Amino acid sequence: MARYDRAITVFSPDGHLFQVEYALEAVRKGNAAVGVRGTDIVVLGVEKKSAAKLQDSRSVRKIVNLDDHIALACAGLKADARVLINRARIECQSHRLTVEDPVTVEYITRYIAGLQQKYTQSGGVRPFGLSTLIVGFDPYSGVPSLYQTDPSGTFSAWKANATGRNSNSIREFLEKNYKETSGQETIKLAIRALLEVVESGGKNIEVAVMTKEGLRQLDEAEIDAIAAEIEAEKEAVEAAKKAPPKEK
Amino acid sequence: MKFDTSGLESAAPVWGAPSELVDGFSAAPSFEVPNTTDFDGFQKEAIQMVKPAKGTTTLAFIFKEGVIVAADSRASMGGYISSQSVKKIIEINPYMLGTMAGGAADCQFWHRNLGIKCRLHELANKRRISVTGASKLLANILYSYRGMGLSVGTMIAGWDETGPGLYYVDSEGGRLKGMRFSVGSGSPYAYGVLDNGYRYDMSVEEAAELARRAIYHATFRDGASGGVASVYFVGPSGWKKLSGDDVGELHYQYYPVMPSTVEQEMVEAAGA
Repeated sequence: MARYDRAITVFSPDGHLFQVEYALEAVRKGNAAVGVRGTDIVVLGVEKKSAAKLQDSRSVRKIVNLDDHIALACAGLKADARVLINRARIECQSHRLTVEDPVTVEYITRYIAGLQQKYTQSGGVRPFGLSTLIVGFDPYSGVPSLYQTDPSGTFSAWKANATGRNSNSIREFLEKNYKETSGQETIKLAIRALLEVVESGGKNIEVAVMTKEGLRQLDEAEIDAIAAEIEAEKEAVEAAKKAPPKEK
Repeated sequence: MKFDTSGLESAAPVWGAPSELVDGFSAAPSFEVPNTTDFDGFQKEAIQMVKPAKGTTTLAFIFKEGVIVAADSRASMGGYISSQSVKKIIEINPYMLGTMAGGAADCQFWHRNLGIKCRLHELANKRRISVTGASKLLANILYSYRGMGLSVGTMIAGWDETGPGLYYVDSEGGRLKGMRFSVGSGSPYAYGVLDNGYRYDMSVEEAAELARRAIYHATFRDGASGGVASVYFVGPSGWKKLSGDDVGELHYQYYPVMPSTVEQEMVEAAGA
Protein backbone atom coordinates (compact mmCIF):
# COMPACT_ATOMS: atom_id res chain seq x y z
CA MET A 1 0.00 0.00 0.00
CA ALA A 2 1.54 3.30 -1.05
CA ARG A 3 2.20 5.44 1.95
CA TYR A 4 1.34 9.06 1.34
CA ASP A 5 3.83 11.39 2.91
CA ARG A 6 2.05 13.76 5.20
CA ALA A 7 1.04 16.70 3.06
CA ILE A 8 2.56 19.91 4.31
CA THR A 9 0.17 22.35 2.71
CA VAL A 10 -3.33 21.66 3.98
CA PHE A 11 -6.31 23.89 4.68
CA SER A 12 -6.92 25.33 8.11
CA PRO A 13 -10.47 25.26 9.49
CA ASP A 14 -11.00 28.86 8.44
CA GLY A 15 -9.84 28.35 4.88
CA HIS A 16 -6.20 29.46 5.08
CA LEU A 17 -3.18 27.71 3.65
CA PHE A 18 -0.75 28.47 6.43
CA GLN A 19 2.32 27.18 4.61
CA VAL A 20 1.64 29.59 1.78
CA GLU A 21 1.16 32.43 4.22
CA TYR A 22 4.39 31.54 6.01
CA ALA A 23 6.08 31.55 2.62
CA LEU A 24 4.78 35.08 2.08
CA GLU A 25 6.39 35.96 5.44
CA ALA A 26 9.69 34.69 4.09
CA VAL A 27 9.19 36.96 1.10
CA ARG A 28 8.50 39.91 3.38
CA LYS A 29 11.86 39.34 5.05
CA GLY A 30 13.71 39.22 1.74
CA ASN A 31 15.44 42.18 0.14
CA ALA A 32 13.33 44.85 -1.52
CA ALA A 33 12.75 44.61 -5.25
CA VAL A 34 10.94 47.10 -7.44
CA GLY A 35 9.80 47.06 -11.06
CA VAL A 36 8.54 49.98 -13.14
CA ARG A 37 7.13 49.81 -16.65
CA GLY A 38 7.58 52.65 -19.13
CA THR A 39 6.40 53.06 -22.69
CA ASP A 40 9.60 51.73 -24.26
CA ILE A 41 11.50 50.33 -21.31
CA VAL A 42 11.06 48.28 -18.11
CA VAL A 43 13.29 48.79 -15.09
CA LEU A 44 14.10 46.39 -12.26
CA GLY A 45 15.80 47.49 -9.08
CA VAL A 46 16.89 45.32 -6.17
CA GLU A 47 18.30 46.17 -2.74
CA LYS A 48 21.80 44.84 -2.33
CA LYS A 49 23.11 44.10 1.12
CA SER A 50 26.61 45.47 1.52
CA ALA A 51 28.98 42.83 0.18
CA ALA A 52 31.33 41.11 2.54
CA LYS A 53 34.89 42.26 1.90
CA LEU A 54 36.12 38.91 0.63
CA GLN A 55 33.06 38.13 -1.49
CA ASP A 56 33.23 38.45 -5.24
CA SER A 57 30.19 40.63 -5.84
CA ARG A 58 29.95 39.60 -9.47
CA SER A 59 28.76 36.14 -8.45
CA VAL A 60 25.75 37.53 -6.60
CA ARG A 61 23.70 38.91 -9.45
CA LYS A 62 20.15 39.45 -8.27
CA ILE A 63 18.58 40.34 -11.60
CA VAL A 64 18.89 37.49 -14.08
CA ASN A 65 18.04 36.74 -17.69
CA LEU A 66 15.49 34.06 -18.51
CA ASP A 67 15.93 34.59 -22.24
CA ASP A 68 17.23 37.39 -24.47
CA HIS A 69 14.09 39.41 -24.00
CA ILE A 70 12.97 38.44 -20.48
CA ALA A 71 14.49 39.18 -17.07
CA LEU A 72 13.55 38.30 -13.51
CA ALA A 73 14.18 39.69 -10.04
CA CYS A 74 12.90 38.17 -6.84
CA ALA A 75 12.54 38.58 -3.11
CA GLY A 76 12.74 35.69 -0.68
CA LEU A 77 14.71 32.47 -0.46
CA LYS A 78 17.53 32.76 -2.95
CA ALA A 79 18.15 29.03 -3.16
CA ASP A 80 14.53 28.42 -4.16
CA ALA A 81 14.99 31.18 -6.72
CA ARG A 82 17.87 29.37 -8.37
CA VAL A 83 15.77 26.23 -8.89
CA LEU A 84 12.80 28.17 -10.25
CA ILE A 85 14.99 30.23 -12.57
CA ASN A 86 16.64 27.10 -14.00
CA ARG A 87 13.26 25.51 -14.72
CA ALA A 88 12.03 28.74 -16.34
CA ARG A 89 15.15 28.99 -18.51
CA ILE A 90 14.65 25.41 -19.71
CA GLU A 91 11.02 26.15 -20.48
CA CYS A 92 11.99 29.22 -22.53
CA GLN A 93 14.27 27.09 -24.69
CA SER A 94 11.81 24.21 -24.85
CA HIS A 95 9.16 26.59 -26.14
CA ARG A 96 11.59 27.87 -28.80
CA LEU A 97 12.20 24.27 -29.82
CA THR A 98 8.61 23.11 -30.06
CA VAL A 99 7.04 26.13 -31.74
CA GLU A 100 10.10 27.93 -33.18
CA ASP A 101 9.12 31.15 -31.44
CA PRO A 102 10.34 32.93 -28.28
CA VAL A 103 8.03 32.88 -25.25
CA THR A 104 5.85 35.84 -24.42
CA VAL A 105 6.28 37.39 -20.98
CA GLU A 106 2.79 36.25 -20.05
CA TYR A 107 3.54 32.65 -21.04
CA ILE A 108 6.65 32.28 -18.93
CA THR A 109 4.99 34.08 -16.00
CA ARG A 110 2.10 31.63 -16.25
CA TYR A 111 4.60 28.76 -16.29
CA ILE A 112 6.46 29.98 -13.21
CA ALA A 113 3.22 30.69 -11.36
CA GLY A 114 1.96 27.22 -12.33
CA LEU A 115 5.12 25.71 -10.91
CA GLN A 116 4.74 27.65 -7.68
CA GLN A 117 1.12 26.47 -7.41
CA LYS A 118 2.06 22.82 -8.03
CA TYR A 119 4.21 22.88 -4.93
CA THR A 120 1.26 24.08 -2.83
CA GLN A 121 -0.80 21.06 -3.83
CA SER A 122 1.64 18.17 -3.55
CA GLY A 123 2.55 15.81 -0.77
CA GLY A 124 5.80 16.13 1.07
CA VAL A 125 6.95 19.42 -0.40
CA ARG A 126 6.80 23.01 0.75
CA PRO A 127 5.95 26.04 -1.37
CA PHE A 128 8.71 28.12 -2.98
CA GLY A 129 9.56 30.97 -0.62
CA LEU A 130 9.80 33.74 -3.15
CA SER A 131 7.87 36.30 -5.15
CA THR A 132 9.17 37.22 -8.57
CA LEU A 133 9.04 40.32 -10.73
CA ILE A 134 9.23 39.35 -14.39
CA VAL A 135 9.86 41.93 -17.08
CA GLY A 136 10.26 41.74 -20.81
CA PHE A 137 9.12 42.70 -24.25
CA ASP A 138 6.54 40.75 -26.21
CA PRO A 139 8.48 39.35 -29.19
CA TYR A 140 5.62 40.05 -31.62
CA SER A 141 4.04 43.32 -30.55
CA GLY A 142 7.12 44.88 -28.91
CA VAL A 143 4.99 45.93 -25.93
CA PRO A 144 6.84 46.03 -22.56
CA SER A 145 5.34 44.11 -19.62
CA LEU A 146 5.85 43.69 -15.89
CA TYR A 147 4.37 40.73 -14.05
CA GLN A 148 4.51 39.55 -10.46
CA THR A 149 4.09 36.03 -9.08
CA ASP A 150 3.88 34.93 -5.46
CA PRO A 151 4.21 31.67 -3.46
CA SER A 152 0.52 30.88 -3.84
CA GLY A 153 0.92 30.72 -7.59
CA THR A 154 -1.14 33.76 -8.54
CA PHE A 155 0.18 36.25 -11.05
CA SER A 156 -0.88 39.55 -12.54
CA ALA A 157 0.45 42.35 -14.69
CA TRP A 158 1.47 45.67 -13.17
CA LYS A 159 2.46 49.17 -14.25
CA ALA A 160 4.76 49.29 -11.25
CA ASN A 161 5.15 47.08 -8.20
CA ALA A 162 7.44 46.18 -5.35
CA THR A 163 8.02 43.08 -3.28
CA GLY A 164 10.17 42.05 -0.36
CA ARG A 165 11.13 44.21 2.61
CA ASN A 166 9.11 47.42 3.01
CA SER A 167 7.26 46.73 -0.20
CA ASN A 168 4.15 48.47 1.15
CA SER A 169 5.93 51.80 1.51
CA ILE A 170 7.47 51.49 -1.92
CA ARG A 171 4.12 50.65 -3.43
CA GLU A 172 2.52 53.64 -1.68
CA PHE A 173 5.24 55.87 -3.10
CA LEU A 174 4.69 54.44 -6.57
CA GLU A 175 0.93 54.90 -6.35
CA LYS A 176 1.44 58.55 -5.51
CA ASN A 177 4.15 59.25 -8.04
CA TYR A 178 3.62 56.90 -10.96
CA LYS A 179 2.97 58.31 -14.39
CA GLU A 180 3.66 57.03 -17.91
CA THR A 181 7.32 57.68 -18.55
CA SER A 182 9.96 56.52 -20.96
CA GLY A 183 13.70 55.98 -21.05
CA GLN A 184 15.72 57.78 -18.39
CA GLU A 185 12.62 59.06 -16.57
CA THR A 186 11.50 55.49 -15.88
CA ILE A 187 14.91 54.56 -14.51
CA LYS A 188 14.83 57.58 -12.21
CA LEU A 189 11.37 56.69 -10.96
CA ALA A 190 12.44 53.14 -10.13
CA ILE A 191 15.55 54.30 -8.28
CA ARG A 192 13.59 56.99 -6.41
CA ALA A 193 11.11 54.35 -5.28
CA LEU A 194 13.88 52.03 -4.10
CA LEU A 195 15.71 54.85 -2.31
CA GLU A 196 12.64 55.39 -0.13
CA VAL A 197 13.62 52.31 1.84
CA VAL A 198 17.28 51.74 1.01
CA GLU A 199 20.32 53.74 2.03
CA SER A 200 21.40 55.95 -0.79
CA GLY A 201 24.31 54.93 -2.96
CA GLY A 202 25.22 52.76 -5.91
CA LYS A 203 26.72 50.18 -3.56
CA ASN A 204 23.35 49.30 -2.09
CA ILE A 205 21.16 48.86 -5.10
CA GLU A 206 21.35 46.83 -8.28
CA VAL A 207 19.47 48.21 -11.27
CA ALA A 208 18.88 46.62 -14.66
CA VAL A 209 17.08 48.00 -17.65
CA MET A 210 15.21 45.96 -20.29
CA THR A 211 14.78 47.54 -23.69
CA LYS A 212 13.92 46.06 -27.06
CA GLU A 213 17.62 45.40 -27.51
CA GLY A 214 17.94 43.35 -24.35
CA LEU A 215 18.93 43.57 -20.71
CA ARG A 216 21.52 46.06 -19.50
CA GLN A 217 22.87 46.13 -15.96
CA LEU A 218 23.64 49.63 -14.76
CA ASP A 219 27.07 49.96 -13.19
CA GLU A 220 27.72 51.61 -9.83
CA ALA A 221 28.88 54.91 -11.29
CA GLU A 222 25.71 55.32 -13.34
CA ILE A 223 23.49 54.53 -10.36
CA ASP A 224 25.43 56.96 -8.17
CA ALA A 225 25.01 59.68 -10.78
CA ILE A 226 21.24 59.16 -10.98
CA ALA A 227 20.97 58.97 -7.18
CA ALA A 228 22.85 62.27 -6.96
CA GLU A 229 20.45 63.81 -9.51
CA ILE A 230 17.52 62.63 -7.40
CA GLU A 231 19.06 64.09 -4.23
CA ALA A 232 19.62 67.43 -5.97
CA GLU A 233 16.02 67.48 -7.21
CA LYS A 234 14.75 66.69 -3.70
CA GLU A 235 16.79 69.55 -2.23
CA ALA A 236 15.52 71.93 -4.88
CA VAL A 237 11.95 71.02 -3.98
CA GLU A 238 12.70 71.53 -0.26
CA ALA A 239 14.30 74.91 -0.95
CA ALA A 240 11.35 76.01 -3.08
CA LYS A 241 9.00 75.07 -0.23
CA LYS A 242 10.94 77.23 2.23
CA ALA A 243 11.40 80.21 -0.08
CA PRO A 244 7.84 81.49 -0.77
CA PRO A 245 6.93 82.23 2.92
CA LYS A 246 10.02 84.48 3.16
CA GLU A 247 8.99 86.44 0.10
CA LYS A 248 5.67 87.25 1.71
CA MET B 1 8.98 7.50 4.88
CA LYS B 2 8.99 7.33 1.11
CA PHE B 3 9.22 10.73 -0.56
CA ASP B 4 6.05 11.16 -2.60
CA THR B 5 6.76 12.83 -5.92
CA SER B 6 3.49 11.91 -7.66
CA GLY B 7 2.36 15.53 -7.55
CA LEU B 8 5.47 16.63 -9.35
CA GLU B 9 5.23 14.22 -12.28
CA SER B 10 3.42 15.22 -15.45
CA ALA B 11 0.36 13.24 -16.54
CA ALA B 12 2.03 11.63 -19.59
CA PRO B 13 4.46 8.77 -18.98
CA VAL B 14 8.03 9.81 -19.66
CA TRP B 15 10.73 7.96 -21.61
CA GLY B 16 13.40 6.51 -19.35
CA ALA B 17 14.16 7.89 -15.91
CA PRO B 18 12.29 11.09 -15.12
CA SER B 19 14.63 13.83 -14.04
CA GLU B 20 13.79 17.19 -12.42
CA LEU B 21 15.78 19.06 -15.06
CA VAL B 22 13.87 17.74 -18.08
CA ASP B 23 10.44 18.22 -16.53
CA GLY B 24 9.86 21.04 -18.94
CA PHE B 25 9.68 18.74 -21.96
CA SER B 26 6.44 16.90 -22.67
CA ALA B 27 6.85 13.36 -23.99
CA ALA B 28 4.47 11.51 -26.29
CA PRO B 29 2.90 8.29 -25.05
CA SER B 30 4.64 5.13 -26.26
CA PHE B 31 3.64 1.50 -26.67
CA GLU B 32 5.52 -1.74 -26.33
CA VAL B 33 7.55 -3.21 -29.17
CA PRO B 34 5.98 -6.35 -30.74
CA ASN B 35 7.43 -9.75 -29.85
CA THR B 36 9.21 -10.96 -32.98
CA THR B 37 12.54 -12.57 -33.72
CA ASP B 38 13.29 -10.19 -36.55
CA PHE B 39 12.08 -6.72 -35.53
CA ASP B 40 13.73 -4.86 -38.42
CA GLY B 41 12.19 -7.18 -40.98
CA PHE B 42 8.84 -6.86 -39.27
CA GLN B 43 9.14 -3.08 -39.42
CA LYS B 44 9.94 -3.16 -43.12
CA GLU B 45 6.95 -5.43 -43.78
CA ALA B 46 4.67 -3.14 -41.84
CA ILE B 47 5.84 -0.14 -43.84
CA GLN B 48 5.41 -2.02 -47.12
CA MET B 49 1.85 -2.91 -46.15
CA VAL B 50 0.81 0.73 -46.00
CA LYS B 51 2.94 1.92 -48.92
CA PRO B 52 0.32 1.47 -51.71
CA ALA B 53 -1.98 3.77 -49.77
CA LYS B 54 0.15 6.76 -50.76
CA GLY B 55 -1.60 6.56 -54.10
CA THR B 56 -2.66 10.15 -54.39
CA THR B 57 -1.73 13.53 -55.78
CA THR B 58 -1.66 16.57 -53.56
CA LEU B 59 0.07 19.87 -54.13
CA ALA B 60 0.43 23.30 -52.58
CA PHE B 61 2.34 26.43 -53.48
CA ILE B 62 2.83 29.98 -52.23
CA PHE B 63 2.40 32.89 -54.61
CA LYS B 64 1.85 36.63 -54.40
CA GLU B 65 -1.73 36.49 -53.12
CA GLY B 66 -1.40 33.56 -50.70
CA VAL B 67 -1.34 29.78 -50.84
CA ILE B 68 -3.09 27.40 -53.22
CA VAL B 69 -3.78 23.87 -52.01
CA ALA B 70 -5.10 21.19 -54.36
CA ALA B 71 -5.66 17.43 -54.29
CA ASP B 72 -7.38 14.55 -56.06
CA SER B 73 -9.96 12.34 -54.34
CA ARG B 74 -9.21 8.74 -55.23
CA ALA B 75 -8.51 6.00 -52.70
CA SER B 76 -7.07 2.77 -54.05
CA MET B 77 -6.35 -0.64 -52.54
CA GLY B 78 -3.90 -2.21 -54.93
CA GLY B 79 -5.72 -2.24 -58.28
CA TYR B 80 -9.16 -1.66 -56.78
CA ILE B 81 -10.51 1.87 -56.57
CA SER B 82 -12.16 1.93 -53.19
CA SER B 83 -13.46 5.48 -53.39
CA GLN B 84 -13.59 8.39 -55.82
CA SER B 85 -14.76 10.92 -53.27
CA VAL B 86 -12.22 11.11 -50.46
CA LYS B 87 -11.65 14.50 -48.82
CA LYS B 88 -7.89 14.87 -48.96
CA ILE B 89 -7.74 18.48 -47.90
CA ILE B 90 -8.38 18.67 -44.18
CA GLU B 91 -9.56 21.87 -42.54
CA ILE B 92 -7.49 22.18 -39.38
CA ASN B 93 -8.98 25.56 -38.49
CA PRO B 94 -10.37 28.53 -40.43
CA TYR B 95 -6.92 29.71 -41.50
CA MET B 96 -4.98 26.46 -41.84
CA LEU B 97 -5.28 23.47 -44.16
CA GLY B 98 -3.59 20.08 -44.21
CA THR B 99 -3.31 17.65 -47.10
CA MET B 100 -3.66 13.90 -46.85
CA ALA B 101 -1.23 11.44 -48.39
CA GLY B 102 -0.42 8.03 -46.99
CA GLY B 103 -2.61 6.32 -44.45
CA ALA B 104 -6.03 7.99 -44.47
CA ALA B 105 -6.74 7.17 -40.83
CA ASP B 106 -3.34 8.42 -39.70
CA CYS B 107 -3.71 11.69 -41.59
CA GLN B 108 -7.26 12.35 -40.44
CA PHE B 109 -6.57 11.52 -36.80
CA TRP B 110 -3.37 13.51 -36.47
CA HIS B 111 -4.74 16.52 -38.32
CA ARG B 112 -7.72 16.57 -35.99
CA ASN B 113 -5.35 16.22 -33.05
CA LEU B 114 -3.32 19.11 -34.43
CA GLY B 115 -6.51 21.17 -34.67
CA ILE B 116 -7.15 20.53 -30.99
CA LYS B 117 -3.61 21.57 -30.08
CA CYS B 118 -3.91 24.74 -32.16
CA ARG B 119 -7.14 25.69 -30.42
CA LEU B 120 -5.64 25.04 -26.97
CA HIS B 121 -2.69 27.24 -27.90
CA GLU B 122 -5.11 30.01 -28.90
CA LEU B 123 -7.02 29.76 -25.64
CA ALA B 124 -3.90 29.70 -23.48
CA ASN B 125 -1.94 32.41 -25.27
CA LYS B 126 -4.77 34.62 -26.58
CA ARG B 127 -3.24 34.57 -30.06
CA ARG B 128 -3.36 32.26 -33.06
CA ILE B 129 -0.61 29.74 -33.47
CA SER B 130 1.76 30.35 -36.38
CA VAL B 131 2.02 27.93 -39.31
CA THR B 132 5.61 27.34 -38.18
CA GLY B 133 4.44 26.39 -34.71
CA ALA B 134 1.59 24.17 -35.89
CA SER B 135 3.79 22.28 -38.35
CA LYS B 136 6.45 21.87 -35.66
CA LEU B 137 3.89 20.40 -33.22
CA LEU B 138 2.83 17.85 -35.82
CA ALA B 139 6.40 17.06 -36.83
CA ASN B 140 7.41 16.47 -33.20
CA ILE B 141 4.53 14.04 -32.69
CA LEU B 142 5.29 12.14 -35.89
CA TYR B 143 8.97 12.00 -34.99
CA SER B 144 8.18 10.43 -31.64
CA TYR B 145 6.25 7.67 -33.47
CA ARG B 146 9.07 7.16 -35.94
CA GLY B 147 9.52 3.54 -36.97
CA MET B 148 6.15 2.49 -35.57
CA GLY B 149 4.39 2.30 -38.93
CA LEU B 150 2.61 5.64 -39.22
CA SER B 151 2.24 6.73 -42.84
CA VAL B 152 1.71 10.45 -43.20
CA GLY B 153 2.91 12.74 -45.98
CA THR B 154 1.21 16.03 -45.38
CA MET B 155 1.54 19.68 -46.20
CA ILE B 156 0.47 22.30 -43.66
CA ALA B 157 -0.59 25.48 -45.40
CA GLY B 158 -1.88 28.58 -43.73
CA TRP B 159 -1.80 32.30 -43.24
CA ASP B 160 -0.39 33.86 -40.05
CA GLU B 161 1.07 37.17 -38.89
CA THR B 162 4.16 36.69 -41.00
CA GLY B 163 2.12 36.04 -44.14
CA PRO B 164 1.58 32.81 -46.08
CA GLY B 165 3.23 29.65 -44.72
CA LEU B 166 3.78 26.22 -46.25
CA TYR B 167 5.50 23.25 -44.63
CA TYR B 168 5.89 19.63 -45.70
CA VAL B 169 5.76 17.18 -42.78
CA ASP B 170 6.07 13.40 -42.99
CA SER B 171 5.97 10.34 -40.82
CA GLU B 172 9.74 9.88 -41.03
CA GLY B 173 9.85 12.99 -38.87
CA GLY B 174 10.97 15.31 -41.64
CA ARG B 175 9.77 18.88 -41.86
CA LEU B 176 10.59 21.23 -44.72
CA LYS B 177 9.68 24.85 -45.36
CA GLY B 178 9.13 25.68 -48.99
CA MET B 179 7.29 27.54 -51.73
CA ARG B 180 6.09 24.56 -53.81
CA PHE B 181 5.39 20.97 -52.83
CA SER B 182 3.63 17.99 -54.35
CA VAL B 183 3.14 14.73 -52.49
CA GLY B 184 1.94 11.29 -53.61
CA SER B 185 2.29 8.79 -56.43
CA GLY B 186 1.09 11.37 -58.94
CA SER B 187 3.48 14.07 -57.74
CA PRO B 188 6.09 13.69 -60.54
CA TYR B 189 3.40 14.46 -63.12
CA ALA B 190 2.00 17.30 -61.07
CA TYR B 191 5.49 18.79 -60.58
CA GLY B 192 5.98 18.76 -64.34
CA VAL B 193 3.00 21.00 -64.95
CA LEU B 194 3.40 23.03 -61.77
CA ASP B 195 7.08 23.85 -62.15
CA ASN B 196 6.57 24.73 -65.80
CA GLY B 197 3.68 27.11 -65.30
CA TYR B 198 4.59 28.67 -61.91
CA ARG B 199 5.17 32.39 -61.55
CA TYR B 200 5.16 34.25 -58.22
CA ASP B 201 3.02 37.07 -59.67
CA MET B 202 -0.14 35.23 -60.56
CA SER B 203 -3.70 36.18 -59.87
CA VAL B 204 -5.82 33.87 -57.73
CA GLU B 205 -7.66 32.58 -60.83
CA GLU B 206 -4.43 31.90 -62.72
CA ALA B 207 -2.93 30.10 -59.73
CA ALA B 208 -6.08 28.02 -59.22
CA GLU B 209 -6.11 27.05 -62.88
CA LEU B 210 -2.44 26.02 -62.69
CA ALA B 211 -3.18 23.83 -59.67
CA ARG B 212 -6.24 22.32 -61.34
CA ARG B 213 -4.27 21.55 -64.46
CA ALA B 214 -1.45 19.97 -62.49
CA ILE B 215 -3.84 17.67 -60.60
CA TYR B 216 -5.63 16.80 -63.81
CA HIS B 217 -2.42 15.77 -65.55
CA ALA B 218 -1.39 13.66 -62.57
CA THR B 219 -4.72 11.86 -62.56
CA PHE B 220 -4.39 11.31 -66.31
CA ARG B 221 -1.10 9.43 -66.01
CA ASP B 222 -1.21 7.95 -62.51
CA GLY B 223 -3.66 5.13 -61.97
CA ALA B 224 -3.78 5.69 -58.24
CA SER B 225 -5.03 9.28 -58.61
CA GLY B 226 -8.38 10.43 -59.89
CA GLY B 227 -11.89 11.45 -58.94
CA VAL B 228 -12.37 15.14 -58.22
CA ALA B 229 -9.71 17.85 -58.36
CA SER B 230 -10.33 20.17 -55.38
CA VAL B 231 -8.65 23.56 -55.23
CA TYR B 232 -8.49 25.72 -52.11
CA PHE B 233 -7.06 29.21 -51.61
CA VAL B 234 -5.64 30.47 -48.29
CA GLY B 235 -5.51 34.23 -47.93
CA PRO B 236 -5.34 36.81 -45.13
CA SER B 237 -8.92 36.11 -44.10
CA GLY B 238 -8.57 32.32 -44.05
CA TRP B 239 -9.15 29.51 -46.52
CA LYS B 240 -11.83 29.26 -49.19
CA LYS B 241 -12.69 26.35 -51.45
CA LEU B 242 -12.45 27.56 -55.03
CA SER B 243 -13.50 24.53 -57.07
CA GLY B 244 -14.07 20.79 -57.19
CA ASP B 245 -14.11 19.46 -60.72
CA ASP B 246 -14.42 15.88 -61.90
CA VAL B 247 -11.20 15.10 -63.76
CA GLY B 248 -13.06 13.24 -66.48
CA GLU B 249 -14.99 16.40 -67.32
CA LEU B 250 -11.79 18.47 -67.05
CA HIS B 251 -10.25 16.21 -69.68
CA TYR B 252 -12.89 17.09 -72.27
CA GLN B 253 -12.69 20.74 -71.30
CA TYR B 254 -8.97 20.80 -72.00
CA TYR B 255 -9.07 18.43 -74.98
CA PRO B 256 -12.50 18.68 -76.58
CA VAL B 257 -13.36 15.99 -79.10
CA MET B 258 -12.71 17.17 -82.67
CA PRO B 259 -14.10 15.04 -85.44
CA SER B 260 -11.20 13.83 -87.66
CA THR B 261 -11.24 14.74 -91.40
CA VAL B 262 -12.50 11.25 -92.44
CA GLU B 263 -15.36 11.37 -90.00
CA GLN B 264 -16.18 14.93 -91.05
CA GLU B 265 -16.49 13.87 -94.71
CA MET B 266 -18.70 10.94 -93.76
CA VAL B 267 -21.05 13.27 -91.88
CA GLU B 268 -21.18 15.65 -94.84
CA ALA B 269 -21.74 12.78 -97.26
CA ALA B 270 -24.57 11.42 -95.11
CA GLY B 271 -26.16 14.86 -95.05
CA ALA B 272 -25.87 15.41 -98.79
